[in-house]
Amino acid sequence: MALLTVQDLSISIGRLAPLDSISFAVDAGEILGIVGESGSGKSLTAMAVMGLLPLIGGEIESGTIRFDGVDLTSLDEAAYRRLRGRRIALITQNPMTSLDPLMRVGAQIDQVSRLHLGLTADAAMRRSVDLMQQLRIPEAKTIHGQYPHQMSGGMKQRIVIAMALAADPQLIIADEPTTALDVTIQAQIIQIMVELVRERGLALILITHDMSVVAQACDRVVVLYAGRVAESNAVDAIFAHPRHPYTRELIRCIPREGQAPGSLKGIPGLVPSVTAYPSGCRFHPRCGDAQARCARDAPTLEDTDAGAVACHFSPGVGDG
Amino acid sequence: MRLSGPWRKVLRSPRGGSAALGLAIVVFCAVFAPWIAPYAYDIQNLPGANRAPSIAHWLGTDEFGRDLLSRIIHGARTSLTVGVASISASVLGGMALGAAAGYFGGAFDRAVTAIVDLTWSFPEILIALILIAIIGPGLQSTMIAISIGYLAQFTRLTRAQIMALKGETYVEATINLGAGSFHVMFRHLLPNALPPVIVAGMLATGDAIILEATLGFFGLGAQPPTPSWGAMMSSGTAQIFIAPWTIIFPGVAIAATVIAINLFGDAVIDALDIRGRLRES
Amino acid sequence: MFSFAIRRLLLLIPVFLVVSMIIFMIIHLVPGDPIDNIVQIGSSPEQIAQLSAKYGLDRPLLTQYAIWFRRLLAGDLGDAIILRQPVTSLIAQNLPHSLALGGLALIFSTMVGIGAGALAAIFRESALDRAVMTLILAGSTVPSFWLGLLMILIFAVQLGWFPVSGARSWQALVLPVMTVGLGGVALVARVTRVAMIDIARKDFVLMLHAKGLSRARIQLAHVLRHALVPVVTILSLRIGWILGGAVTIEFVFARPGLGSLLITSLNQRDYPVVQGCLLMLAIAVMLGTLLGDLVQAAMDPRVRDSVA
Repeated sequence: MALLTVQDLSISIGRLAPLDSISFAVDAGEILGIVGESGSGKSLTAMAVMGLLPLIGGEIESGTIRFDGVDLTSLDEAAYRRLRGRRIALITQNPMTSLDPLMRVGAQIDQVSRLHLGLTADAAMRRSVDLMQQLRIPEAKTIHGQYPHQMSGGMKQRIVIAMALAADPQLIIADEPTTALDVTIQAQIIQIMVELVRERGLALILITHDMSVVAQACDRVVVLYAGRVAESNAVDAIFAHPRHPYTRELIRCIPREGQAPGSLKGIPGLVPSVTAYPSGCRFHPRCGDAQARCARDAPTLEDTDAGAVACHFSPGVGDG
Repeated sequence: MRLSGPWRKVLRSPRGGSAALGLAIVVFCAVFAPWIAPYAYDIQNLPGANRAPSIAHWLGTDEFGRDLLSRIIHGARTSLTVGVASISASVLGGMALGAAAGYFGGAFDRAVTAIVDLTWSFPEILIALILIAIIGPGLQSTMIAISIGYLAQFTRLTRAQIMALKGETYVEATINLGAGSFHVMFRHLLPNALPPVIVAGMLATGDAIILEATLGFFGLGAQPPTPSWGAMMSSGTAQIFIAPWTIIFPGVAIAATVIAINLFGDAVIDALDIRGRLRES
Repeated sequence: MFSFAIRRLLLLIPVFLVVSMIIFMIIHLVPGDPIDNIVQIGSSPEQIAQLSAKYGLDRPLLTQYAIWFRRLLAGDLGDAIILRQPVTSLIAQNLPHSLALGGLALIFSTMVGIGAGALAAIFRESALDRAVMTLILAGSTVPSFWLGLLMILIFAVQLGWFPVSGARSWQALVLPVMTVGLGGVALVARVTRVAMIDIARKDFVLMLHAKGLSRARIQLAHVLRHALVPVVTILSLRIGWILGGAVTIEFVFARPGLGSLLITSLNQRDYPVVQGCLLMLAIAVMLGTLLGDLVQAAMDPRVRDSVA
């Protein structure tokens, strides 16, 4: 059984329904990518798994989230708190703002192991410094006593990663961990994360809008569009044979070496706003292969050995 | 009088409407005092001194037998005159200084900012006391002291507005098209800077009324026999044991007026949606 | 931290010079001969001449200022006209009372204000929140001296719990401290509430939740600490305001203190005392603001590293 299984998860925020019947799974030692443009609901998925939807006024409408056999949607707040930071850890988007500016960074890492592992201050500090060194933070002891505003974005993100690892979690959810960083640092951070996951046998959900990151780091990938799953498959398979028109477009958009100048094109149209999702298949207004049916009926997710896809016309799906 | 959008919004809201009503009453009292007060404010009646509220004297009498209600109604005149006049002068002065400093920048701006920062940390009452120490007590001195006390606030606010507006693209465009400073200032910058400053002025009037009452309480404001709510309370302290109403009612008058002003100002801020623009830096 | 304090202190010096200049000028701006404003009633011509020479009243203004300033640094503020005592001893008698009132009021404002604001923020949008904020609004629109008078009426006259005026016992401090303090509570509570609500929305708070900390701990150990920063900022800016309140309330409660001394001497035209009091109050405001800055720097490491 997979470590985390999300089944038909639907979320509402007020009267809006930003996520509709999302399903995916991730196993220990596996890196799952969740990819999609801004507004597709990626971050909400992370919040849902962490049980933090109430913080933004959202709630789970239906569906299940099974973690290590336990249905998270049935947990009470106290039980969920024991899970957060301890067995499931979150790395948020913006390292510039995810650290408490009034607290030394070392203490922020210590906080996790002291809370969840009951370590003493000294033991926690040693553990944190050790983690920092594994993350290749130079002069870890000095950095431990510094404040967030004294360090660069890349360094801060490593601190956040250390915070996530401090209690030896089984699953890490990283929500766009490199979007706010310089391009040169991005690759470093991704590499560090991949290594750690392999070494420790963790499960990692990597949320990103960048298909090249997916190609670089992930084993499997789920493509989200406008709150629904468009396609999901193993990474090699999806790059070799993308079956959903959206996935094809995403792959096509990745800049390639040797491309002719001026040949870089985007996907025409805009991501629909959650207040005005198109009827039927939500991608149909931007889809080159759209037909009359696409505006009427929403395609269901067909899950086969060759991966899952939600499109009326993708090869190998029912009526063509 | 055609009521435009925001004003209608203000008057429709429960807060704004009731506050406006309260203000209207106070202004009415101030303007028509001699006609609506049951007695003249300076008629003494020593045998009838310190009487509790009764049919003849709705709010009782003070230590000289004067009708408290009439004195309070006339006191509205003093308070509103001082409040409105002082703050108006302060706003005009502050806008002039602040606009010039914000627009022209340079040494003038630095000088103005230095002076404003200097006075910024001093409470208005202290500034007022210093000024009254120099020019002596009295109604006029109070007005001057209050105007100068609040100058810093309006200078800062206007300067912040002008500097923010100066950076707007349409202003840059106007300047690039060859408009002179005068035109830019009076046609574009000042009209847009006006709303937050006017509302801040409204709210400051409430504070100014309290300041006037405080100075009156110290005996440094309007001198007798001119009725002033503050001075009334001051002389009332001697009768605190036997005639507490001489202290309570003038205070209620001040509190009601200031609350009405604050609620009205708040309603206007919400209607015009300029809460963010009231920052001063 | 130390260098920050030194930098701040140095910035105060020009401010102090300007303020002292203005206060010095009072004697010269008031109508009448300057000598009449510092001389005690019934002085002989010799005494008048002596005083004139002492203050250099026939010298240019700037020199007079220099003389006055030098005397000031030596601790000589002249003599009171009416009470015939050195101004410095008058101030020494009254200062402790004002400090007690001001200091306690500040503590009261801070503690009650933060408590009220935190309560309102933690239970925001609830009946408790609305009740607290309405009380706060009512408290802040009332003139402080009226509040003081009301408190005297209720607690001293009617209930007899506390003395009506004076400073003979510690009980005499309670009502004045509360009156001055309540004025500051409104401001502190409002800033605390807004700051806490604002901060709870930030990313790092989300991270704290994600780390598994409980809501109570997040609010009290983290959010509140952050909210204290703008609270200290506003308090340090408004220290002058609390002092102003103390001045008024001393007068209302007939307490000895710089405030009563100032108002009385203003009414009596005793200018040396007026100058002395104003100077002390100005110094108090400046030191208070400096203290506020220092506390802010101690609490927020970002401030320490900022330029001046």
